Amino acid sequence: MSHLIKRFLGAAALAAVLALGQWSPAVAKVELSMYYPVAVGGPLTKIVDGLIADFEAANPDIKVNAIYAGNYNDARIKALAALKSGEPAQLSVMFAIDIYELIEQDAIVAFDDIVETEEERAWLKSFYPALMENGTTGGKTWGIPFQRSTIVMYYNKDAFRDAGLDPEAPPATWDELVAAGKKLTKTDASGNVERWGAMIPSTGYPYWMFGALTKQNDQVLMNREGNETFFDDPDTVEALQYWVDLGAKHKVMPSGTIEWGTLRQNFLEGRTAIMWHSTGNLTVVKKKAGFDFGVAMLPAKKTRGTPTGGGNFYVFKQTTAEERKAAMKLVRFLTQPERTAEWSIKTGYIGTRPDAYRTKALEDYVATFSPAAVARDQLKFATAELSTYQTGRVRKLLDDAIQAALTGGKTPDDALGAAQKQADRLLKRYR
Amino acid sequence: MKRSETRIAQVYGWLLLLPAAVLLIAFTHYPTVATLVQSFFSSGTATRPSAFVGAENYRFMVADEVFWKVLSNNIWYALGTIPVSIALAVLMAIWVNGRLPARSVVRMAYFTPTILPMIAVANIWLFFYTPEIGLIDQIGGFFGLPGHNWLGDPDTVLGCLIVITIWKEAGFFMIFYLAALQSLPPELEEAARLEGAGRWYFFRRVTFPLLMPTTLFVLINAMINSFKLVDHLFILTKGGPDNASALLLYYIYEVAFSFFDEAYAATLTAVMLLALAVIAIGQFLALDKRIHYR
Repeated sequence: MSHLIKRFLGAAALAAVLALGQWSPAVAKVELSMYYPVAVGGPLTKIVDGLIADFEAANPDIKVNAIYAGNYNDARIKALAALKSGEPAQLSVMFAIDIYELIEQDAIVAFDDIVETEEERAWLKSFYPALMENGTTGGKTWGIPFQRSTIVMYYNKDAFRDAGLDPEAPPATWDELVAAGKKLTKTDASGNVERWGAMIPSTGYPYWMFGALTKQNDQVLMNREGNETFFDDPDTVEALQYWVDLGAKHKVMPSGTIEWGTLRQNFLEGRTAIMWHSTGNLTVVKKKAGFDFGVAMLPAKKTRGTPTGGGNFYVFKQTTAEERKAAMKLVRFLTQPERTAEWSIKTGYIGTRPDAYRTKALEDYVATFSPAAVARDQLKFATAELSTYQTGRVRKLLDDAIQAALTGGKTPDDALGAAQKQADRLLKRYR
Repeated sequence: MKRSETRIAQVYGWLLLLPAAVLLIAFTHYPTVATLVQSFFSSGTATRPSAFVGAENYRFMVADEVFWKVLSNNIWYALGTIPVSIALAVLMAIWVNGRLPARSVVRMAYFTPTILPMIAVANIWLFFYTPEIGLIDQIGGFFGLPGHNWLGDPDTVLGCLIVITIWKEAGFFMIFYLAALQSLPPELEEAARLEGAGRWYFFRRVTFPLLMPTTLFVLINAMINSFKLVDHLFILTKGGPDNASALLLYYIYEVAFSFFDEAYAATLTAVMLLALAVIAIGQFLALDKRIHYR
C-alpha cells in the first residue's frame, strides 16, 4: 500500500516538475499580436506564416500571433477596435496613408523612440527614401515599409506591332502617349472602337492614379505635415486636364470613368493597348496574357513620376518596453535584405531597400524578369501617396473632383477648386 | 394566496420573455438610443475627447451637398425599384400559379436571383455592364450598336443599379404573392366566370384587392430594402462617379469607417431611421383603410 502511495506521489511530483518546466519559459516568453491585411491575389497568408515561423525559430523567446485582418480598411478598423477594447495588438501592418489618423488617435509610437543603438538608427535610413515619405512626418519615422507597390504602364507589344509602333519603345512622354494612343486606337467600319489606345482606371483609387499625373507635372498633392493640399495649383489642374483630354479631346481613352476592377480584363482581352495599373497585377498579367506584353515606367510631362502605395509596419503605443523591443526585432527580421528579396519575388511587391536588389536571389530574378527592374528604377521618381489628416474625407473630395471632371460634370478647374476649398476647411485646425 | 400565484405567473412570464428581451435590448434598442444620443456629440479622438455639441452635426448635415445628393439618389432608387419589382412579382406569380408545363422549374428559375448573395450578383453584373468586353455591349455590338460606359456615366449608373435590384427582388416578392394567390378560394373565379367577368376585370376587382395585405407587406419590405441594400455598391461603383450612385446607407458606412466620423454617421443614421419610421407608419395608415383582411 505504502509502495503504491509512494509511486503515486512520485508520479505527481514528476508531473508537477514537467508542468513547471513547460510553464516557466512561457512566462518569460514575449507574446506579440500582429494584424496584417492582404490586398492582392495569391497565397499571401501562407507566405506570411512561413516568415513568422522562421522568425520564431530564430527567436525562441518570442511568440508571434500573425492575424490576417482582411483588406487595409478592415485591418485599420480591427486594430483600432482592439486598442479600444483593451486587448491591443503590439504591432500591425496597415495602410501607409493611415499614419495621420493613427497619430491623431495617439495609437502608435515613432520608431525613433524605440531604436536604441546607432546601428538601429542607421537601419531606419536603409530604405528607399520614396518609400519612407508616407511613413515620416514631423521629423519622426512612424512607419517602416513592407508591402509596397507603385503604378506602372502595361502595354501590349502585339498591338504596338499591329499599329506600326516599335514594341521596345513605349511612350515616354505625355505627348508620345497621345500620339501612340491615336495610332493604337482602332475602330471598325461603323465607327465603333475595337481597341482603345490607353486606359487609366478612375474608380476605386482615382486619387492614386492622379498622384502619378501630378508628380509627372512636377507637383505633389499635399505637404509633408499632412495639413495642406495643393489641389487647385495650376500644375495639378493641368494634370487633370490632360487626363480628361485623353478621353474627351484625343479620343484615345473611353470617356467617363474606367472601372478599376475590370480594367485588367480589358487589357488581357486586347481591348486596350496600354493600361496603368498597380505592380500588384504583374503576376496575374504574366500568367494570363495571351500576347507579348511589356511593362514600362509611366510617361513624363516635366519628369517621370508615380505615387507609392501599400502597407507599412506600425508599433502601437500601448506596449511594454519588452514588447517594443520584440516588435522591433520582428520588423527588422522581416525587412532584412534576404527576406525582403524573398517577399518581393513571391508577392510582386517591390523590394523596399536598395541592398535587397543586390542579393543574389533578387538579382537573378530581375535579370530574368525585367518588369521587376522597371518598378525598382521608377522608385527614383516616386512620391508619397495622398495622405493627410482627415485622410478619408480629403481623399474622397479629390476622388469626387476627378470623377466629376472625367464625366464632364465640371471643368478640372472648377472641380479641383471646390475640392481645395473644402479640404482647406477640414485641415485648417491642424495647421 | 391568489395574489402570490398571479405574481408567480407574472414572474414566470417575464422570465420567459427575458432571453429575447435581453437580446433585443442589447442589439436593437440600446444601439438605437445610443445612436440618437451620439448624434448630439462630436467625434472624439485621443487628443480631442468627444463633447456635447447640440445640433451642430445636424447643421453640418444640412450644409453637406453629398448628403442631399445621396438622399435624392435614394429616393429615385426607391421610386425606380419598388413599383416595377412589385408589378413584376404579381405578374410572375399569376403566371406560375396557372397551369403550365414544368411549373416548378419556372418557379425555381424566377426565385434563383433571390438565393444568390448580393456580392456575387454584383460581381456577375459588373462584367455584364463593363464597356467593350461586357455582355450587354457584346450583344449590342452584334446588332451594330455602339458600346456604352454604363457604370462610368453619371446619367446611366443609377439606372443600372435599379435594374439589378429589380432582377434580384422581384422573384423574392413573387413567393409572397404566390402564397397569397394559392390561398384564394377557387369559387371566386368560377363565380366571376359565370357572371361573365373578363380576366382583367376579375384581376382588378377581385384578385388584386384580395392581395392587398400581401402588397402592404411587400411594399414595406421593398421600401426598407431600398434603403438597406447597398452591398452591390462596394463591388460595382463605390458610389461613383462623383456620388452619382451613392445611397444613404453606403454614405453612412463611408462616414463611419472611412472618415471615422462616428458622430456624423450617427446623425445620418438617426435621419434614416426617422425617415423609415415615418414611411412605414404612413403606409400602414394610408393603406389600412383600403385593405380587405379576411
